[in-house]
Amino acid sequence: MENLIYIFKDYTFQTVALGSMILGLISGVLGSFAVLRKQSLLGDGVSHAALPGVVMAFVLTGSKDTQILLLGALISGLMATLFIISIVKHTRIKFDSALALVMSVFFGCGLVLLTYVQKIPDSNQAGLKRFIFGQASTLLKKDVYFMLICGVILLTFVVLFWKEFKLYIFDPEYAKSLGFPTYKLNLLLSLMIVMTIIIGLQTVGVILMSAMLIAPAVAARQWTNRLWIMVMLSALFGAISGIGGTAASSLAEKLPTGPATVVFISGIVIVSVLFAPGRGIVQKMMHRKNLKLFLKTEGGDTNVPTI
Amino acid sequence: MSPQFEIQLIAVIVAIACSLPGVFLVLRKMSMMSDSITHTILLGIVLAFFLTHDLSSPFLITGATLMGLITVWLTETLNRTRLLSEDASIGIVFPLLFSIAIILITRYAGSVHLDTDSVLLGELAFAPFNRMVIFGHDIGAKAIYSATVLLIINLAFIIIFFKELKVVTFDPMLAAVLGFSPSLIHYGLMMVVSLTTVGAFEAVGSVLVVAFMIGPPVTAYLLTDDLKRMLFLSGLIGAVNGISGYYLAAIFDVSISGSMAVMTGLVFLIVFITAPRRGLVSSLRRRNRQKLDFGKKTLLFHLYNHEGNENEIEEAGIHTLPIHFHWEQALIDKIIKILLKEGNITIENEVLKLTEQGRLKSRSDYESLFSE
Amino acid sequence: MELKRVDYAVQIEDLTVAYDLKPVLWDIDLNIPQGKLMAVIGPNGAGKTTLIKAMLGLLVPVSGTVRFFHEADNSLRKLKNKVAYVPQSGSVDWDFPATVLDIVLMGCYGKLGFIKRPGKKDKDNAMENLKKVGMEDYALRQISQLSGGQQQRVFLARALMQTADIYFMDEPFKGVDVQTEKAIIALLKELKESGKTVVVVHHDLQTVSEYFDWVTLINIKVIASGPVEEVFHEQNLKKAYHSTGNLLKSAV
Repeated sequence: MENLIYIFKDYTFQTVALGSMILGLISGVLGSFAVLRKQSLLGDGVSHAALPGVVMAFVLTGSKDTQILLLGALISGLMATLFIISIVKHTRIKFDSALALVMSVFFGCGLVLLTYVQKIPDSNQAGLKRFIFGQASTLLKKDVYFMLICGVILLTFVVLFWKEFKLYIFDPEYAKSLGFPTYKLNLLLSLMIVMTIIIGLQTVGVILMSAMLIAPAVAARQWTNRLWIMVMLSALFGAISGIGGTAASSLAEKLPTGPATVVFISGIVIVSVLFAPGRGIVQKMMHRKNLKLFLKTEGGDTNVPTI
Repeated sequence: MSPQFEIQLIAVIVAIACSLPGVFLVLRKMSMMSDSITHTILLGIVLAFFLTHDLSSPFLITGATLMGLITVWLTETLNRTRLLSEDASIGIVFPLLFSIAIILITRYAGSVHLDTDSVLLGELAFAPFNRMVIFGHDIGAKAIYSATVLLIINLAFIIIFFKELKVVTFDPMLAAVLGFSPSLIHYGLMMVVSLTTVGAFEAVGSVLVVAFMIGPPVTAYLLTDDLKRMLFLSGLIGAVNGISGYYLAAIFDVSISGSMAVMTGLVFLIVFITAPRRGLVSSLRRRNRQKLDFGKKTLLFHLYNHEGNENEIEEAGIHTLPIHFHWEQALIDKIIKILLKEGNITIENEVLKLTEQGRLKSRSDYESLFSE
Repeated sequence: MELKRVDYAVQIEDLTVAYDLKPVLWDIDLNIPQGKLMAVIGPNGAGKTTLIKAMLGLLVPVSGTVRFFHEADNSLRKLKNKVAYVPQSGSVDWDFPATVLDIVLMGCYGKLGFIKRPGKKDKDNAMENLKKVGMEDYALRQISQLSGGQQQRVFLARALMQTADIYFMDEPFKGVDVQTEKAIIALLKELKESGKTVVVVHHDLQTVSEYFDWVTLINIKVIASGPVEEVFHEQNLKKAYHSTGNLLKSAV
């Protein structure tokens, strides 16, 4: 217990926990939209594809400034998305194959660039590799401010265009028939999701970022049937996991923050899928058992048509 | 054999071995499942290692393959609850298993000579250091033999179950009716995919296995419709990617497996742009030609419809046509020019008139579309 | 000339729509008079849904123009208050986290424009429209719990929210129970009585004369269009339905 109190007073811990919390919150909100649009895995693709951008930004500018590296990540993430879209549009290749191809090729390209950087004298590539697995402990106060600013911007857009996003995700054609510029809405939403992924790279890394996007939303979906509650819950779950993961990794020795956060949020998903009232598996199974019992005693048939 | 040659040989064998099951993954729209498996086998390797404490134990392969199957099963079970969509299921399962693996490795890193870098990223350049020695004779790099065994297993699986795989891939309903169990073939394929990933990760790293599994089949998919030819082409493209990747790496002195992935992307890009029928260039060109052809027919038909009408001048006037059709001026000008050259129309007082030939052509176009 | 001018809700001129340059609608000329309840009839693949989507501007046509109410400017931005759309209920994911009321409220989003939120008045309005389709007790239900007929009623209520002058409906009777079908058609007739124009993609030939007063038969081109009693007869139906094989084969 003393440990815990000691840790919570620790300055580094506060910084990292705050950063992880902000990340969890943003990815919870934007992840809800990604999941509802059935674009869960795009996050996986974009985050893998960000790697060459990170290294390229370093090669071109020589800076290890997180913000500059993330700008590179943003550019290559968007390029990958563009590639995927045009492959699907112009050939008969399906979305999932295009995604797998583009992300692995981009990732390979990133590795090539990394080994290239290794040879440049005076350049320590360790600072770049943190983007593969993420290293929350390298978060600086400056990085957290950056995340905070991005988060505020993203959330402002979500609040402003809430109605439009909701309509567009549910029924894009109807949105268009009402006169909304659906193409632009789609672009804006995609850009916001990509930005969220990029912000998370430093904390959880390219491989695990997709989980931060998907898991809070999937967990939140089980507890409610209202979109705004889902988004709030998702943000809450994301934020809790961020803090939980950071705390766990500070308390236990040699426990990396990113994976700890993912295990934490996955735990929430499992609990939600099993026990959420209404949708949860356990309740459904109990219900089915009761129903069977009921039918047996009443002698009814499951296929009685209802009028 | 020189190490350089050995590396190329391994690259080619691994690339071919990966591309074969990849063909079925692409056709069955399961590409992302391979991405998932390539991550989760890490957990299988780690767990098996804890049991055996031996990095060269065959149980590592068993453990990893088993973990691949567990991944597939977990994903499908989660998906079957209908509480979340298929892609979300994939996105939940693999990060969790992968995270557990990373945590285990990091925590026990002192006692385990397993580091995440080598599993995820792999390095082909080190493969020749690990020798296969029988009765005191060095008979080549170990990886050559392991890759060859892998290739033989994959080839055997595909040759023996070709018919079943084909039916299950293109018509699962028919397969069930015929008495093949789609799920048996499905899990068989997933086992081969897991095994291939395990066999290949040492050489190329698990993330890039995806590039070798999906890249060549997707490229071949743009070149042929025939399943056998697609398998053959995928193998060939895989081999090309492997060798050219090696040379790229040699020239710039960079990661070999990374270069192979880059070449996979480049070869795909070239095929994507230039493929004879499905490529970007030919499909754009065909589309343009068809568009022109279609435009010609539509314009003739339009003139035919309004011939002799009271508003003919309005409907067929050179300047009013673009407004009526909502076509770009340039396109209309081009179509008019061609039609004039073909002798189907003439221009009188800035109004388009059908010639007798144009009238006949329009009528036959029309009749060929609507004749009963 | 001006004396006998008919007021048209929709005028389609030289409309051609193609998927991959395979014509789905080929040089369509069609005028829909105001205040009619019109069925669009034709075999599968005849372009019924495409026709509606093209009129709504959801598809980009190869050529031609669609004009509403004799206006030159037919951009959806301007028309959003005049045109309502009821898509096929199967076109959306009904597991979306929303209540019936949420969905119906979407009907007023177009009028609200960007950023503004629906207020109390809009909610009352939505409840009113739910009452019209007999779904007021379901307002707070999650949409995944609805039957096919109820889904269709919700979509209709959403379209009613738009208080448009012309309604486009894509197969509203598909997978719907008899009661819902009767309820919907009664509402549509009511709309027509109040001077609105209603265009319905319809499948069931048996009910055409009973439900509609205007009919368009299409099969890639317009076979016939006019009052049901004049146009809806054996000969035209044969033209539209029996020729499918030939038409499609030669259209490629």
